[in-house]
Amino acid sequence: MLRGKGWGISFFDEMTGQGSEVRSPYREYSEWFDREDAARIQRKTQQAEAFFRTTGITFNVYGQDEADERLIPFDVVPRIISASEWRRLSRGIEQRVRALNAFLHDIYHRQEILRAGRVPTELISRNEAFLPMMMGMDPPGGVYTHISGIDIVRTGPNEFYVLEDNARTPSGVSYMLENRETMLQMFPELFAKISVREVSDYPLNLLKSLAACAPPKCNGTPTVAVLTPGIHNSAYFEHSFLADQMGAELVEGHDLRVVEGRVAMRTTQGYTPIDVIYRRVDDDFLDPLNFRPDSMLGVPGIWDVYRAGGITIANAPGTGIADDKALYSYMPDIIEFYTGEKALLPNVPTWRCSEPDHLKEVLDRLPELVVKEVHGSGGYGMLVGPAASKKEIAAFRRKLEANPRGYIAQPTLSLSTVPIFTKSGLAPRHVDLRPFVLMSPQGITITPGGLTRVAMTKGSLVVNSSQGGGTKDTWVLED
Amino acid sequence: MLGKTAGSLYWMARYLERSENNARLIDAGFRIALTRSSTAEAEWRSVLVTAGQNYAFQQTHQDYSSQRVVDFMLRDPANPSSILSVVKQARDNARTARTYLTREVWEAVNTSWMTLGALLKRQVREDDLPDVLAAIRQQSALVRGAFSGTMLRNDGYNFARIGTFLERADNTARILDVKYYLLLPSVAHIGSSIDNVQWETILRSVSAHRAYHWLYGTEISALKIAEFLILYKQMPRSLAFCCEQMNDNLDLLQRTYGEETDAVRMGSSICRDRLSRPIQSIFDGGLHEFITDFLRANAALAQQVERDYRFVE
Repeated sequence: MLRGKGWGISFFDEMTGQGSEVRSPYREYSEWFDREDAARIQRKTQQAEAFFRTTGITFNVYGQDEADERLIPFDVVPRIISASEWRRLSRGIEQRVRALNAFLHDIYHRQEILRAGRVPTELISRNEAFLPMMMGMDPPGGVYTHISGIDIVRTGPNEFYVLEDNARTPSGVSYMLENRETMLQMFPELFAKISVREVSDYPLNLLKSLAACAPPKCNGTPTVAVLTPGIHNSAYFEHSFLADQMGAELVEGHDLRVVEGRVAMRTTQGYTPIDVIYRRVDDDFLDPLNFRPDSMLGVPGIWDVYRAGGITIANAPGTGIADDKALYSYMPDIIEFYTGEKALLPNVPTWRCSEPDHLKEVLDRLPELVVKEVHGSGGYGMLVGPAASKKEIAAFRRKLEANPRGYIAQPTLSLSTVPIFTKSGLAPRHVDLRPFVLMSPQGITITPGGLTRVAMTKGSLVVNSSQGGGTKDTWVLED
Repeated sequence: MLGKTAGSLYWMARYLERSENNARLIDAGFRIALTRSSTAEAEWRSVLVTAGQNYAFQQTHQDYSSQRVVDFMLRDPANPSSILSVVKQARDNARTARTYLTREVWEAVNTSWMTLGALLKRQVREDDLPDVLAAIRQQSALVRGAFSGTMLRNDGYNFARIGTFLERADNTARILDVKYYLLLPSVAHIGSSIDNVQWETILRSVSAHRAYHWLYGTEISALKIAEFLILYKQMPRSLAFCCEQMNDNLDLLQRTYGEETDAVRMGSSICRDRLSRPIQSIFDGGLHEFITDFLRANAALAQQVERDYRFVE
């Protein structure tokens, strides 16, 4: 029986539920596992690690003196989702992504939702992620979030919550793809036995999806390029991986310039225009002429080309307003406002520390809550109350009191667990899930599954790779 | 292809070639230092000069002991030309050009960086040095094998090859530049024959002492060694061989792009004006002058390639 014991809460384990019976999606895997030799799996784990190293699937950790390249720990036990669970999830995700795009279009046009009083105006007007320059702009194809990642957590057999929306540049999709590749190499027999839905068509779908949003000035087949800050960026592996898989050029700001009203890349034979840019740099760094003047990562003048219909920028500038953590608590209203339906996937209850009565409650219950920075990401700068020392809580309290607007708080969720393989057998660890969603004028494509992140330390609820979290292959079973 | 990517392929190849050449120079220096302790300091000094690292070495070191020089050349992070630094730069360039490399080439470069990083983590003991140098040569052979076996023969391939041969020609010419005085006829006259150990060092620095004997038998003459290293086209480290390869690749680029660049013209002029003549005429015009002029022309060609193919803006 696998039952979490952290802080007296018991956790739902996705393999064994609350009891000792193996849940049906895991049945075949479990039978296979029981017949396997643990030493063989141990060996395979080491092989996988060597494979990740030679392939260079590493990431750089920020805030460390040396540009240290690390592996994200990979666990060989898959996270398995049944066909019916996935149907339910994907309907909810699709609804959410449609609402996000409708919201973005509205916010940058008539702002009906603000007029209707469903979202407070100052939440938008005072928000750094809001780009006034996008007002009245129609991005090519009408798409704002070409790529999004919706973070989902589970707390029971039928309880799924959206923890976070990532509408800027969600990362991790290369791990989703390489994890599957690794599993296929290590345990081919499993895939012959169990019907798992494919994920490998993601890069092709991404290319199609981006090409479908080509700008008006595009002639013929759209040229797609991936814009990276460079080899020292923590997600560089992913940038080069995606460019490689799509057959697109991987460019940096200094490879590009504006030539005759188009964004063009410097090739060995001169400048050639590009049509769609999948940028992995933040809005602020896109254009030193129009945004941060000190930025070397972007392209001077790209903004003007964008406005004139000469380039598609994916995701569109200004999408950050939709994944802001302060806005998150309004998502159920946003979904209802634009789709006329109730949200299929619920939000995690959230206290907005900017509101005095919410703040008071948060301060009273600090030791039991999770508090996050509104603009933070990557698990940096957050407080996990139940895991924090008295001193840490006191320090956080002072930060919170000094700048309540900068924080939101949520109950500490009893995140579901999935077993990982350890030297002493299977052991439950907390997980979340990031499905990747593509949007184009032709519709929404969700790759079955997504990236499962897993806290490798016993009892830990923080799954972020920057905090030592690992990943698992995610299986969505065929019907 | 992107100019930057072309540049990364070119530099990746140059750095890989450089690491192998430096390993060979260390090997040759080490041999002579073992057998002739009296001239060891002078030998190490000339090894450092050949590798273009003497200035940097003098900034932080007082004496030329084997241990210090070897450590500096192998693994000093403050030395941008140490093998460890050079392999890291090769790998950084490979990462930048990752989308143009086959998985095999990338993995070979990455593995080489990891393997040498582990081998050179600590100072290498004198009796481990031959193994370490062998490992460096082996890693470089693995990269070369993957490159030749799996890469498309397109413009990217040509840029990498041009990098390899510019670097190699530079290396061979530098070896001659530092040792040319040994090959001057006057010295040969005075000392009846040139110093056995010295000429062997030169040949070892280009991994060609066996090949030389195959070709010329036991006869050791300054003229023959110079001819072998400068003009002999079957020798893969001779200036003539390197130039021919450079020109072949420049020609292929010209055919692909349909454009005759200054680099193409400069490349063929090096072959035609400098290397299409008998060795005696090179000696008559002055060996030192010849080498100095060649190094200058080779460096100018390298700059022209960067400009013509837009490696940087």
